[in-house]
Amino acid sequence: MRIHAPLKDLDHELARFQGRLKAGAAFVVLLATALLGRVFYLQVMQHEHYIERAENNRISLVPTSPHRGLILDRNGRILAENYSAYTLEITRAETDDLDATLAEIGALIEIMPGQLRRFRRLLSESHEFETVPLKSRLSDEEVAILAANRYRLPGVEVKARLFRNYQAGPGMAHVVGFVGRINDHDLKRLRAENREQNYKGSVHIGKTGLEQSYESLLHGRTGYDQMETDSSGRAVRVLSRVPPVPGKDLRLHLDLDLQAVAETAFGDYLGGLVAIDPNTGGVLALVSKPGFDPNLFVDGIDPESWKALNESPERPMVNRVLRGIYPPGSTIKPFMALAGLEMGVRKASDSIVDPGYFSLPNSRHQFRDWKREGHGVVDLRRSISQSCDTYYYKLAVDLGVDRMHDYLTRFGLGEQTGIDLNGESTGLLPSREWKQRRWKQPWYPGETVIAGIGQGYHLTTPLQLAQATAMLANGGKRIEPRLVQAVREPLGHDWQPLPGVVREQVAITPAHLGLVREGMMDVMRPGGTAARSAAGAPYAIAGKTGTAQVVGIKQGARYDASRLAREHRDHALFIAYAPAENPTIALAVMVENGGSGSGTAAPIARAVFDYYLTGKRPAGMDLEASDVAD
Amino acid sequence: MSRTSHWIIRRLGHLDGVLLTLVLVLLGISLAAVASASGQSPARISGHLVNIGLALGVMVVMANVPPHLLSRVGPSLYVAGMVLLIGVALFGEIRNGSRRWINLGVMAFQPSELLKLALPLMLAWYFQHNETVLRAKHYLIAGALLLVPFVLILRQPDLGTALMIGASGFYLLFFAGLPWKVIFGGGILGAASLPVVWGMLHEYQQRRVLTLLDPSSDPLGAGYHIIQSTIAIGSGGFFGKGWMQGTQNQLDFIPERTTDFIFAVIGEEFGYLGTILLVGLYLAIVVRGLMIAARAPTLFGRLMAATLSLNLFTYVFVNMGMVSGILPVVGVPLPLMSYGGTALVTLLLGMGILMSVATHRQLNKT
Repeated sequence: MRIHAPLKDLDHELARFQGRLKAGAAFVVLLATALLGRVFYLQVMQHEHYIERAENNRISLVPTSPHRGLILDRNGRILAENYSAYTLEITRAETDDLDATLAEIGALIEIMPGQLRRFRRLLSESHEFETVPLKSRLSDEEVAILAANRYRLPGVEVKARLFRNYQAGPGMAHVVGFVGRINDHDLKRLRAENREQNYKGSVHIGKTGLEQSYESLLHGRTGYDQMETDSSGRAVRVLSRVPPVPGKDLRLHLDLDLQAVAETAFGDYLGGLVAIDPNTGGVLALVSKPGFDPNLFVDGIDPESWKALNESPERPMVNRVLRGIYPPGSTIKPFMALAGLEMGVRKASDSIVDPGYFSLPNSRHQFRDWKREGHGVVDLRRSISQSCDTYYYKLAVDLGVDRMHDYLTRFGLGEQTGIDLNGESTGLLPSREWKQRRWKQPWYPGETVIAGIGQGYHLTTPLQLAQATAMLANGGKRIEPRLVQAVREPLGHDWQPLPGVVREQVAITPAHLGLVREGMMDVMRPGGTAARSAAGAPYAIAGKTGTAQVVGIKQGARYDASRLAREHRDHALFIAYAPAENPTIALAVMVENGGSGSGTAAPIARAVFDYYLTGKRPAGMDLEASDVAD
Repeated sequence: MSRTSHWIIRRLGHLDGVLLTLVLVLLGISLAAVASASGQSPARISGHLVNIGLALGVMVVMANVPPHLLSRVGPSLYVAGMVLLIGVALFGEIRNGSRRWINLGVMAFQPSELLKLALPLMLAWYFQHNETVLRAKHYLIAGALLLVPFVLILRQPDLGTALMIGASGFYLLFFAGLPWKVIFGGGILGAASLPVVWGMLHEYQQRRVLTLLDPSSDPLGAGYHIIQSTIAIGSGGFFGKGWMQGTQNQLDFIPERTTDFIFAVIGEEFGYLGTILLVGLYLAIVVRGLMIAARAPTLFGRLMAATLSLNLFTYVFVNMGMVSGILPVVGVPLPLMSYGGTALVTLLLGMGILMSVATHRQLNKT
């Protein structure tokens, strides 16, 4: 086949070549147009989009975590503070072989078995890319050794971090609480509350106590350094800086010395005590024995310590003041008396003859008084000072369970007090409606009878009792207990007082309240149930003893503390305020297995009153003179 | 003295003023871009200057080689290239999964580079040689001369180089008068066989094409290059961020930015204005080259000039298309811009041939 004439038709050849050149030129123009079009799209039409992406590439935000606020007692003594320390941290995803790395570190510096176990536990709870601390508070020498060997240990870092230190000891653990590492649960909550952003760069968060309830004040606001970074993430320079705002300092109503006095007064006993200023609601002391060392939790607790704390029969992690619920026993009687007076069921002059027991009409069952032979003729004031059961059996029946419930509720019994700590128990103040709802059963008359002396379904926390006692002291002002007195921005700012919250002003006829208060003063006077605990006090005390049964006593049997194993003895209760005429402190004490309120609980209250009102320290207690920080 | 200077002036007289100006302007831009992209690394800049000097020297030499002499080395160069290619297929070193390199004792060498010039020279010589008796069989033989090295390089495997060499051979056949119906027929056939070719592609080659279609599917792997270079170009905007001011460039986000991805640096720092200027300069070279081809006295000169011109722009298109994300990532430098001695020397060698064709006007004997 011939493609074209083989003649030397030069003109034709050249013309065809010219045509091909034009086609080639057209082809090139087509390619150039495509290129220019594409680049036009990128540089002109999509410019905004790409400039943003370039900025995102270039700029990274590095969070700078704020200093956590301090927690101080009322005299400015430090309860929780920060310190900076080097920690050894490992990112699992960056290590070649975790076990080999751990072995190598172990050859360089000392790693305790407990630290290793804690590390393993933290590791199992975290993602592969999270850094997990192996050892904190490294010595300078250890830091140097690790720095020198860093090249051999990928994924191992030494970081300077802020830690929390609680130097006030186990006694304050239930008040101050502790911080711990932020876990998945915390993260989920922070995310739900839209606070996650503020925790970028934070390692710790308040887990219990004030550290938890005042977390938002203590934490402060995270700052950001806007860094220009290169493609490998290295910071090239700082573009702008939003400094972190440190957390606020907290100053408590609580007096560390008073706290120590109360703790010492417990001796070997366990239990709880809470003392409130009835005028402000300020919590002056809050003891829950036993305590624990909150410092164990800061870096993550090792499994052994956790097991020991968690499985101890003494249950050191439970705040008895907030979460311990006990039948109020005889401490309910002043409130019952007030209910009788206010509801018009009793008059001051009304008296009964106590044969030593009470029976419902048409029943042979005897509800016995604690005093077998009975108290004889008893009026309202004597019913308090003698703690006459029979009087209150009858009063309860005359009031009925629902009126009792309605009146006692106004004193905050069976409700949360609103203290500035989380996890408070509600307790239980029974009523017909409650029993129907909870147990699908009618209320039986016998249940009303024992409710009159604070037994049966009724459960309160020591904190509720203290709040109700404060109401007797301040004339019916239901004020929420507050641990924190004031907050301040750190570094030389003034304290801003936090106002107390009065939830309700219960109107009480002054004559009725005066009568009950007289009864409670009689308790502490010669002839009263706790007279011994007031002997020699230069101020007057108003109080009421009580016992919370641990084991039921059979009909006809007698309670004999000396014949019972200690853990089966009753819990001793005592509520009181002082000075009786012009109260400045109201408290509730619960001594676990303490037997009788007058025997073990009232002396503790006396020690607290003595120190708070006169500055007298209990014998055998050598506190160095208060070293006040500000 | 005067004899030497006369000699020099005569040598320089073989340069084409327009082409020389365009080349020097582009090399100036390249110097600025490489300086910025390397963070003003003295080693890079001086290295680039040495390469430029060397390549310009080669260009001057080539401009002084008359086309009829040049055409004579075509066959021997082609044969040498083929021998080396077959040698590679049999004894070549494997690097990064493909057999491209041959060890010549003192240095490793890619014979496919040689073919980039040897194939057009061979074909141009062949058509010139048979100018008076051109028939279908000559086109078939020329096609075979093109296909054998194409397939050998494809099998290395080096798809990018194979396509570039295939393109240069095709341009030569096209300018030599390959009939339109053969071109279109081949085009249709080629399109129809695309699915078959896709199946024959290596996995990494398929992945490159897929990554191009959706760079975000592999943002940290192969897609990273394309994503970062399009961000650089797009963020440059109309006027650019200014020389040495490109954040994508200066902060190390653009990969291979002194070599294959240098257009991303230019796009970011000089903007759309810079892009238009750059493409305009390349187009000017092509137009000048086609003009030289149109005026060339011999078939060899015409074919070489036209083919080299189109070839240059093909490189420009493939590189800029790759960097701006419309073509797959193939290792093709941007002509006269990218850092790298071999590519620059090869290119200016081509420019030298263009100049030689432009300035040797007398008819050659064949």
